[in-house]
Amino acid sequence: MDLATFWFIVLGVLWTGYLVLEGFDFGVGMLLPVLGGKRYASDAVDAEKRRRVLLNTIGPVWDGNEVWVLTAGGATFAAFPHWYATLFSGFYLPLLLILVALILRNLGFEYRHKRPEAQWKARWDQAIFWGSLVPALLWGVALTNIVRGVPIDANKELTGNLFTLLNPAGLLGGLVFVALFLTHGAIFIALKTDGKIRHEARQIAERVGVVAAVLAVALLLWIGVTDGKLASWVTTVVAAVALLGGLAANRAGREGWAFIGTAVTIAMAVATYFLVLFPNVMPSSTNPAWNLTIDNASSTDYTLKVMTIVALVFTPIVLLYQGWTYWVFRKRLTVKHIPEDAPLETVSH
Amino acid sequence: MDATDLARWQFAITTVYHFLFVPITIGMSLIVAVFHTAWVRTRNPEWMRLAKFFGKLFLINFALGLVTGIVQEFQFGMNWSDYSRFVGDIFGAPLAIEALLAFFLESTFLGLWIFGWGRLPEKLHATTMWLVHIGTVLSAYFILAANSFMQHPVGYTYNRASGRAELTDFFAVLTNKVQLVTFPHVVLSAYMAGAGVVMGVALWLMRREAKRAADDAQDVARTDAPMYRRATRIGAVFALVAAVGVIVSGDVQGKIMTEVQPMKMAAAEALYDSVPAGQGAPFSVLTIGSLDGSHANALIEVPGLLSFLATGDFKGAVRGINDLKAEYAQTYGASGNPRVADVATAFVPNIPTTYWSFRLMIGLGMATVAIALAVLWLTRKGRTPTSKWMAYAAVAAPLLPVFANSFGWIFTEVGRQPWLVFGLMTTANGVSPGVSMGEVITSMVVFTLLYGALAVVEIKLFLHYVRKGAEPFEEPQEPADRDEDAPLVFAY
Repeated sequence: MDLATFWFIVLGVLWTGYLVLEGFDFGVGMLLPVLGGKRYASDAVDAEKRRRVLLNTIGPVWDGNEVWVLTAGGATFAAFPHWYATLFSGFYLPLLLILVALILRNLGFEYRHKRPEAQWKARWDQAIFWGSLVPALLWGVALTNIVRGVPIDANKELTGNLFTLLNPAGLLGGLVFVALFLTHGAIFIALKTDGKIRHEARQIAERVGVVAAVLAVALLLWIGVTDGKLASWVTTVVAAVALLGGLAANRAGREGWAFIGTAVTIAMAVATYFLVLFPNVMPSSTNPAWNLTIDNASSTDYTLKVMTIVALVFTPIVLLYQGWTYWVFRKRLTVKHIPEDAPLETVSH
Repeated sequence: MDATDLARWQFAITTVYHFLFVPITIGMSLIVAVFHTAWVRTRNPEWMRLAKFFGKLFLINFALGLVTGIVQEFQFGMNWSDYSRFVGDIFGAPLAIEALLAFFLESTFLGLWIFGWGRLPEKLHATTMWLVHIGTVLSAYFILAANSFMQHPVGYTYNRASGRAELTDFFAVLTNKVQLVTFPHVVLSAYMAGAGVVMGVALWLMRREAKRAADDAQDVARTDAPMYRRATRIGAVFALVAAVGVIVSGDVQGKIMTEVQPMKMAAAEALYDSVPAGQGAPFSVLTIGSLDGSHANALIEVPGLLSFLATGDFKGAVRGINDLKAEYAQTYGASGNPRVADVATAFVPNIPTTYWSFRLMIGLGMATVAIALAVLWLTRKGRTPTSKWMAYAAVAAPLLPVFANSFGWIFTEVGRQPWLVFGLMTTANGVSPGVSMGEVITSMVVFTLLYGALAVVEIKLFLHYVRKGAEPFEEPQEPADRDEDAPLVFAY
C-alpha cells in the first residue's frame, strides 16, 4: 500500500473520530430543548437544572471532540491539497453555514452559564440547538454528495452552487446524520446521567433509533446499489447489525453496549463512504476523467512520509490523554450534582 | 473592487480579529498557570483567588479566539484554493501538525482545567493549565513556520510537471531563519499582551478597592487592594521582561528582513532612494505630507537609525524602493513565472500602511513599557494610588500591547505584498477561481456582522466579570474527601 492510500485511510479514521465523538455532542445539543423542555420538566426551575445536567455531560469534552474535524481539515490540506482546495472552495456556502453554526454553538457552551438572566440563557440555548442541528445536517449533505459525485470540471474546480448539493440523496444523507446523532446523543445521555433523565433519554433513543435505522438503511442501500462493492456491502451490513444491536441493548437498559452499537454504526457508515469513494477522493459527476483521485490529488511522497512519522508518534498520545479525560469525568450526573445558580448579583459600577 | 480584493479584505478582517484574542490567550494562560502553581505551592489564598479570577477572564477571551481560529483553517481552501493547490504540499503539513500537537492539547486540558476543581488532585490540576499554555506556544510555532515560508520560502523545489511548490526538507521549513526570530518575537509580544490585561484589570480593581476603603475610612490593608496591587505588579514585571525579549528579537528580525525582503524594510521607512554606505539612513518618527516620495516632510528624524535597524551599522547602506523595484522587475517580472505575471513591475506594497503600522507597532509597544514602569514606580513600597490617572492607565494597559500586536502583523503581511509567497506567487494568483463575487460578499458580510456582534457580547461579559472582582476564598476539598452526591464545584 502506498502512503497516499494510507492517508486516505487516516482521513477515514479522523472523520470517524469526529463524527463518533462530536456526533453525540450534536445529539445532546439537539436534545437540549426536548429533554430540558416542557414535555419532561416539571417547571422552569427543573427545566434549567435538566438543561445544565445535559450540558455538563459533554462540558469537559466537546472542545477536544471538535478538534478532530480541524485535524481532518489540516490532514486533507497536507495530504491531498487538491481535495482540500476543490472541496473547500466548492462547498463554500455550506461550509460558511457550518462555521457560523459552530461559532455560535461553542460560544453557547462557554457563555451560557456566565450570566444568570433567563433571557441570556434562552438565547444561548437557541445557539446550541441550531448550532448542533445545522452542522449535523450539512456534514451529512456534504459527505454524501462527495461520495455520490459532484460536478467537477477539467481544472479540478467545482461548478454549480448550493442547490447542486441539495439533491435527494444529499438531503437524505443529512437526515440520516441528524437521526443517527440524535440516537447516539440520547444513548450518551442515558450513559452519563442517572434518575429520570436517564430513562427518558433511553425512550427517546428507542423511538428516534427506529427512524434512524430506516433512513440509514435506505441511504446505504441507495449508495450501495449505484456504487457499491463487496467491501462496502460488508460494512453496510455491519453498520445495520450494530445499530439494531445497539437499539436492542438500549431497550434492555445496557447503555454501555448501546453506545458501542451506535458508535460502531457511525464508524461503519464512514467506512462505507470511504470504501465507495476509493480510489477516488472526489468523483466528478460531469466526466469520470476529471475525478479527483488518491493519486492525482495527493501530496508528494516526502510530505506524506513526514506526516506519517508525526502521526504515528503523536496520535497514540492524543488518544491516551483524550481517553483519560473520559475516565476522569466518568461519573453519572443527576440534578443534585448541579450547584445552585448564583443569585442575581447587583453589579457595582 | 474585485473578488481578489474582497478575499483580501475578508482575510484581513478575520485574521486581525482572530489575533486580538490569540496573544491574550498565550500570555494569560502562562500567568494563570503561574498563579495556580503559586497557590498549590504556598497555600496563600490570594493566589487561588487570582488564578480563578483571571482564569475566568481568560476563558471568556479564549472562547472567541478558538471559534475565530476555526474560520482561519477553512478560509485557505474557501477563498485561496489556488494558493492551497500551489503550496499545499508544504503549507498543509504544519497546519495538520498544529491541530494534532497543539489544538488537541489545548482543548483537552482546558476542559480538564475548567471542570477539574474538586475532581483532579491539586498538583495535577495546576499542571493542566501549564499544558494548555504549552499547547498555545506549540500552536504559535507551527502556524508561524507556515507563515515564515510565505515570507521566505525554504526547503522546497518548484516542480514544473505538477506546477506546484513541493517540500524537500521539512526541517528547513521548521528552522527557517525568519521563523527562528519571528517565533520569539510573536510569543513574547503575546506575553506582553497577556501581561497588559492582568496589569490593567488588577490596577483598576486595586484603585477601586483603595478608593472604597478611603471613602469608608477603612484600612486599605484589610481590603483586596494589596492583592490586586501584587497582581498588577506581576503583570508589569511580566510585560517588562517580555518587552526586553521583544526588542532584542525585533532587532534581529529587522536585519533578517532587510536581507530576505529588502522591499519591506524600505517600505517601513518609505525610503525611495537608496542610501549608500557611509551616509547613514535616518529614521523618521513622524512625517507629514505624502509618502509617495515626492514631498514627505519628516517632523522628527533620528540620524542613521534606519541604517542601524537594517544593518546594525549607523552608516550602513540601505536600498530604497526605486532601486528595488527595478531589481524585482528584472528578477521576477522577467522570470516567466506565470504566478507573477500580473504585477510585472509593481512590486511595491502600500507605503502609508507599512510606514504607519511599523511606527504604531513600535510606539504602542514602547507605551506599554512606559505604563509598566509607571505602575511599578507608583505602587512601590505598598502604595495603592487612587488618582484618576490610574484608571486611564488601567484601560490603556491591555489595549496598547494588543494593538501593537495587530499593527506588527499588519506591517509584516502588507509589507509582503504583492507577494503571497515571496518570489513565487502573487496574491492575485492565489485566490479561488471558482468562487463567485456574490459568495465572497456573502461570507464577508456574515463574518463582519457576526464578529461585530460577538465583540460587543464578549467585551460586556468581560467587563462584567472584571467588575465582580475575585470571588471570596473557599478552602477546597481534595477529590477523595468529597461526597459522591455533593454538587460539583464547577458546572456549566
